[in-house]
Amino acid sequence: MKLRYIAMRLVKTVLVAIAVVLLSFFLIRLAPGDAATVMAGQSGYADEAFMKDLRAEYGLDQPLPVQLWKYMDQVAHGDLGTSYVRRQPVLAIILERLPNTLLLDAFALVVAAAGGIWLGAMAARRPGSALDNATTVLAMLFYSVPQFWLGMMMMLLFAVWLGWLPPFGIETMGADYTGLARLGDIGLHILLPGTTLALYFMASYARLTRTAMIEVADQDFVKTARAKGIGERQVARRHILRNALIPLITFAGLQASILVGGNVLVENVFSWPGVGTLAYEAVTQRDNPLLLGIFIVTAILVSLFNLITDIAYSVADPRVELGR
Amino acid sequence: MMDFARRFFSRPTALFGFAVFAAIVAIALAAPLLFARGPFNIVGMPLLPPGAPGLLVGSDVLGRDMLVGLAFGARVSLLVGISATLCAAGMGVLLGSVAGYYGGLVDDLLMRVTEFFQIIPSFVLLMVLVAFLQPSLESAVIGIALISWPQVARVVRGEFLTLRSREFVQAARTIGMRDAGIIFTQILPNALPPIVVISSMMVGNAILAESALSFLGLGDPNLLSWGSMIGGARSAMWVAWWTTVLPGVSIMVTVLALNFIGDGLNDALNPRRRR
Repeated sequence: MKLRYIAMRLVKTVLVAIAVVLLSFFLIRLAPGDAATVMAGQSGYADEAFMKDLRAEYGLDQPLPVQLWKYMDQVAHGDLGTSYVRRQPVLAIILERLPNTLLLDAFALVVAAAGGIWLGAMAARRPGSALDNATTVLAMLFYSVPQFWLGMMMMLLFAVWLGWLPPFGIETMGADYTGLARLGDIGLHILLPGTTLALYFMASYARLTRTAMIEVADQDFVKTARAKGIGERQVARRHILRNALIPLITFAGLQASILVGGNVLVENVFSWPGVGTLAYEAVTQRDNPLLLGIFIVTAILVSLFNLITDIAYSVADPRVELGR
Repeated sequence: MMDFARRFFSRPTALFGFAVFAAIVAIALAAPLLFARGPFNIVGMPLLPPGAPGLLVGSDVLGRDMLVGLAFGARVSLLVGISATLCAAGMGVLLGSVAGYYGGLVDDLLMRVTEFFQIIPSFVLLMVLVAFLQPSLESAVIGIALISWPQVARVVRGEFLTLRSREFVQAARTIGMRDAGIIFTQILPNALPPIVVISSMMVGNAILAESALSFLGLGDPNLLSWGSMIGGARSAMWVAWWTTVLPGVSIMVTVLALNFIGDGLNDALNPRRRR
């Protein structure tokens, strides 16, 4: 039965990917002019005949369904077009920056989950305590702050005023560290952007853990555990927290699409050389194929991440196979 | 109605949120009357600190009065936030009510579309939309509405699913009312409270999205907004903190006030669902 669930989820992921490409095909049509006008503009001079030739060469004169089929065929083969500005394949440019973004996201998610679960568990132990109220207020605050501005304030405080951490980039320029020294250098650079990204999610994790733990603590098997004489610490950790954490897995999947938006803003503030900064460069340089390529790649990555979290959830919670 | 107002204002946070929001609306409306020369008018040396003669909160990188910029920025934030939310609520109500009322295949199809819009990275989609449509007030509103309607659609669908089998709906059907009449005059009024709550929260998110767009240079080039003030002051942040701190605080206070209002509405409209 579990295999059937996973197969269904796989099909859904493929459908989402197809829908993403379909949506992109229509998004291209929103921009004024077509690829021929852009290329003609770059060539300096173009008359009607030249434009017609260009359109014929790139198949822009063919009926819409034919163009759509060609486009989907291209994307399926990993061809996301050529960057207007860099003159390189879009996919290659994105893949070159992707590891930096994944590193930043992994750091942020680990910090957010660890910090959030710890805070939430502490708050749930004594509802109404000072720590509990502080968590709620902080969560509300982090929901109301623009993420890019939070990053700038962190930079102002820790890099400009206190001078503790480097404000820009992924490593010290021109230092040419190798091995462990390089790793430490990157670790120092990741702290500010990573924490900025993490803070928003940490607040949500803390709130979720808190509600889930209070809910689970009320259930019969917890009372049974207590009745058996298991210590309060053991009950909190092995019985309540373990069961409260299961919904957090799905939550991580749902947050992935928000995380990508955070990447664009936070990477940009800290000049982190990832896909988010690339998206900003694409916007300022009016590089439409690159921007659209980033949308396609990130959308497919997010749906893959959702697939993984859903499978992990079905493994962690045996009850899931009953539903969809 | 009196009962609702009493419950709403009995929460200190809701009262605070309402007062702050009312003040911001007043500033936004009065801005062109108070500062007739507009936010782009240069008044003195650049980067003068708060408290300099005639400059309550200092001047920006081009020597413009920050106070005027902040007042005019409120207009952009509120205009985009409220119009985008109204558009998104309209779309969400339409699609959600059809899905919830008819159920079956229509519901399945519409909910898959809704899910799709919630999975894909919405901010990147917003960037693509605004960049391709050319940055303007309209494209920001359209883009933000397009990424926020699914929240409303889900809530409306849920309400319709439970309400459609109630007796008053059956009665309306028995007397021969058409589907459209039942949806809009019978069920929708009963589904309004949760729609109002979620809409009030969405205004805050729309303001955050608008500020992020403007920060990246995707805002309306002819208008000064809080996000574009922060984006334009990035190079000055190291020497003149007020150029970035003050617009950011303005966004935070506005969004926080809206979230407080949303929480208050939630409690006042759903007394039984109180936490």
